[in-house]
Amino acid sequence: MRLVKKLLFRVLFYFASVLLGLFFVLPLLWLFVTPFRSDPSLAVRLPANPTLQNFIKVVNNAYAMRAFANSAIQALGSTFLVVMLAALAAYALSRVDLPGKGIIVYILILFSSVVTGIAAMVPLFFLLLQLGLIDTHLGIVLAFSGGFLPTGIFLMKDFVDSVSLTYEESAVVSGASKVQIFKDIILPLIGPGMVVVAVFTFAQIWSNFLLPFILLRSNSKMPVSVAIYTFTNEIGMPKIGLISAYSLLYVVPIISLYIFTNRRYGFKFYGGIKG
Amino acid sequence: MISKKTAFFFLLPALVLIFIFLIFPAFWTLYYSLTDYSLLGASTEFIGVQNFINLFTSARFWNATILSFEFVFFSAIIGQAGVGLLLAMLFHRKSGWLKKLVRNLAVASWLIPAVVVAYAWAAFLDKEYGLLNQIIGIFGFTGIDWLNEVPMGSIIIFNIWRGAAFSMLLFTSALKTIPPSHFETADVVGASLWDKIKDIVLPQLKTFIGSDLALITLWTFNLFTPFLLTGGGPGRQTEILPIYTYFKAFKYMEFGLGAAISAVILFINLTLALVYLNYLKAE
Repeated sequence: MRLVKKLLFRVLFYFASVLLGLFFVLPLLWLFVTPFRSDPSLAVRLPANPTLQNFIKVVNNAYAMRAFANSAIQALGSTFLVVMLAALAAYALSRVDLPGKGIIVYILILFSSVVTGIAAMVPLFFLLLQLGLIDTHLGIVLAFSGGFLPTGIFLMKDFVDSVSLTYEESAVVSGASKVQIFKDIILPLIGPGMVVVAVFTFAQIWSNFLLPFILLRSNSKMPVSVAIYTFTNEIGMPKIGLISAYSLLYVVPIISLYIFTNRRYGFKFYGGIKG
Repeated sequence: MISKKTAFFFLLPALVLIFIFLIFPAFWTLYYSLTDYSLLGASTEFIGVQNFINLFTSARFWNATILSFEFVFFSAIIGQAGVGLLLAMLFHRKSGWLKKLVRNLAVASWLIPAVVVAYAWAAFLDKEYGLLNQIIGIFGFTGIDWLNEVPMGSIIIFNIWRGAAFSMLLFTSALKTIPPSHFETADVVGASLWDKIKDIVLPQLKTFIGSDLALITLWTFNLFTPFLLTGGGPGRQTEILPIYTYFKAFKYMEFGLGAAISAVILFINLTLALVYLNYLKAE
């Protein structure tokens, strides 16, 4: 009886796992086979004569390539700003007994979770309009940085907190300047924290659609997310090959970052982030 | 060690950016929600709560609100949390390639950029060529035009697929906090799966489930991605609040009204975020 029950559970386990696996994989299959087909369509078919023709189309499309450069400028620019400023702020919050610093972190996290999505876009649009930053890379970078800094500081503070004070103390004793201490001692020690914040920020900005969709106007500044959407809008059969290959190329950095983080640090899970 | 003065200068750049681009805009919205600001109008005038009156008497606003609540309830609270918990429990204290594969597939669905998954889903649900209807055809059924005939159902299933990984990851780490002896004892007494869920998992995971629900509610409530699948249509059948806001503020350029809707959404977000932070403290 016990054996039967055990067997039954085993069968049920495999059945449920396979069903759930199919649920997650089926909608994605199209994305991974279509770019290699010589006759791309909305149907899922294994490529009869696998081809790289669709990728060549992407490379030869000036708008598509320009969008890759724009995505890189916006995502790398914001990530750099977030990592540097979050490191400085987290260090100050971790090492100095500032009055009400618990409240500061609490309020920052509160605002970053509340001011999100389209509700954040309405005032951001007004603001960038007034500042003359609508339709500029700088406007996008600043808007992203403001949004991601609270989480960046929050994550980074954890890392700085875990670095022992003795390093700094011995540096002070040996007469190092404050800038030296930060540059030669703190920065290397919180390296892993900076990598985590960088990966997290970069991946989200690279994927973001809404913010550039609202705050940019000209095609020459659009990142890949919006470029793919505009391609989709004027969809015709010949474009399916281009769009699917473009989508796959666009996904590569995200998947690589996931594999990299997973291997190097383990996909650590922070509750309450990823907006 | 650094002095308080240095610390202040370390904090300043981050705080200035956050203040200008995150905190100040939130309050500015409240101000604009009381004006008739628009790109078309000549001057901006203070009109009191008129925008809110217009909003709360608009059938289209209530349609969007009801759809948003439906969307959150079925896709996040029931769907993502349910599938996430199922996945976490299924693979709890298990190992092997099947677990790795299914978990990685779920995480991939969660990490791939929205525009790309929306496009993949549009192909998946296509009436004539889509994989879903092809599969249904094998079993002898005729496929339908999913995005047009069951638009709400489609974006709900889509969002379950999209976000289940988050709840799965959260519940997976939460389950690890339950001592294995609890489950072993339950096995000895011959407790059923449902008994285990009811008597061990739910009570032990109360705070985790609370923060999970608060977060996925907050995110789903603000999610703009369904726009990429349906554009709010057909008609207004999938015009959830974020899509409605987009149309009002950025398509028709009614900024005053757009600001009023944003203020309402921000208020709801604030409530949800406070619930979440409360749970976070409890943990």
